[in-house]
Amino acid sequence: MLDIFDILGPVMVGPSSSHTAGAVRIGSMARTLLGSTPVEADIGLHGSFAETGQGHGTDRALVAGLLGMRPDDMHIPRSFEIAEERGLRFSFRKLQLRDAHPNTAVLTVKDAEGKELVVQAASLGGGRIRVDKINGVDVNFTGAYNTLIVRHKDVAGELSRITNELAVGGVNIANMSVFRDRRGGDVLTVIETDQKLKPDVRERIRIIYAVNDVTYYEKEDA
Amino acid sequence: MALDSMREICEKAEQGQKPFWRVVLETDIEEREVTEEASMEKMRFTWKAMLESVENYREDRRSVSGLVGGDGQKMRDYAKNGTPLCGEYLREVIATALCVGESNACMCKIVAAPTAGACGVIPAVLVPLYKSGNAGEEEILQALYAASGIGAVIAYRACIAGAAGGCQAEIGAASAMAAGALTALHGGTPEQISHAVAMALKNLMGLVCDPIAGLVEVPCVKRNVIGAVNAVSCADMALAGITSRVPVDQVIDCMGEVGRRMPVEFRETALGGLATTPFGKSVKEQLESKNG
Repeated sequence: MLDIFDILGPVMVGPSSSHTAGAVRIGSMARTLLGSTPVEADIGLHGSFAETGQGHGTDRALVAGLLGMRPDDMHIPRSFEIAEERGLRFSFRKLQLRDAHPNTAVLTVKDAEGKELVVQAASLGGGRIRVDKINGVDVNFTGAYNTLIVRHKDVAGELSRITNELAVGGVNIANMSVFRDRRGGDVLTVIETDQKLKPDVRERIRIIYAVNDVTYYEKEDA
Repeated sequence: MALDSMREICEKAEQGQKPFWRVVLETDIEEREVTEEASMEKMRFTWKAMLESVENYREDRRSVSGLVGGDGQKMRDYAKNGTPLCGEYLREVIATALCVGESNACMCKIVAAPTAGACGVIPAVLVPLYKSGNAGEEEILQALYAASGIGAVIAYRACIAGAAGGCQAEIGAASAMAAGALTALHGGTPEQISHAVAMALKNLMGLVCDPIAGLVEVPCVKRNVIGAVNAVSCADMALAGITSRVPVDQVIDCMGEVGRRMPVEFRETALGGLATTPFGKSVKEQLESKNG
């Protein structure tokens, strides 16, 4: 659902809301999901991102996002130089994916401790994005809401323990999806919420027995 | 946004005895759960960014392909020193549309309205009024609420992306938003705003998205001019009491239908139109050899 500031906005560095602003958001989403500062990034471009990406600054925009910039940051055109100053190594290659949105990027990011994450995301137009895969697991969320991503074991009652903490914290769930690779395996639960999640709520979820880790994305200028 | 037709906005305005823009503002307050002040503050921030996108223009900037830059200044100079056919306001509208469109192509900061490719249209019609003292900030913000409500309806019923519906969905939508904003600003009724929107959208219906080398440069920058000038003429027609014979929501639906049936070559793929002229192809080849 679009609000009026999706129509009149975003305030952004040009030239394309899908190929530039959306690309910044994809990079910044990957950084948030990694949960730390990336020092290495392998960036695969698919479809129109691969074909016309350079002319739209898609490459510089993705790197800018990985550096934590927002779509209106005037330093986006200089992101390659800034990445070098801050010690972020990056490389690009073209990809051909099956059944992917024409504006798709796959980012493999690594932090200084060697923690690695693979994010596949698409830029849908108007600067809006959608995350399609995390570490190969299908997901579907946009960053239009505050988003909690919980990786946990596939055991009975786990969801109720997680959602109970949200209820206690006064947080309303807008959308929720559960993705698992196999019965009894790993589960990725993605919860989009109307309210922001305070650190203590996140911490109480993190220490639930079968929870492996918790990642949180807070909506831009909510 | 929860407003899914122009008719709905007009009915709410009539029932509540309030202006068109206030219906949009109140919907935003309800939907995003914000105060009136917070919503207004965000709109003011958006307006300031639009103003800056005009003020920060520099004639020496060039786009990636080198095809775009400097035309806004040419028009400004001619407006000042030449003998333009257009009156004082319209020559500023043309210059402003060029300046913002060029700034976007040169990776400067703009406000997507509703898209980056069409970012020049709304500032082009509003900034000259503001700078000449013919509209104050409050009136401008109200006009922007009107514009965004119109854009939300178009996005909901049709589309606002060139990849989905061609240029008519980007410049066409921006032009309709601008026409409605101007009509609101000049005291037009919700009915008149609707007619301005309908006329603006009809006049640009069928316009294809055919960017050379896939870049937001040619013909995008100058299409911002036609979007802006069309908006001014449609607002004046509506204020003169001229009506669109086809009701506005039907026009919007029709634009969406034309967009869906438009061949993919004409929807931002750079596989048709100006992009595949001999000139368009040569630009693409040059860029490819430059980038290896």
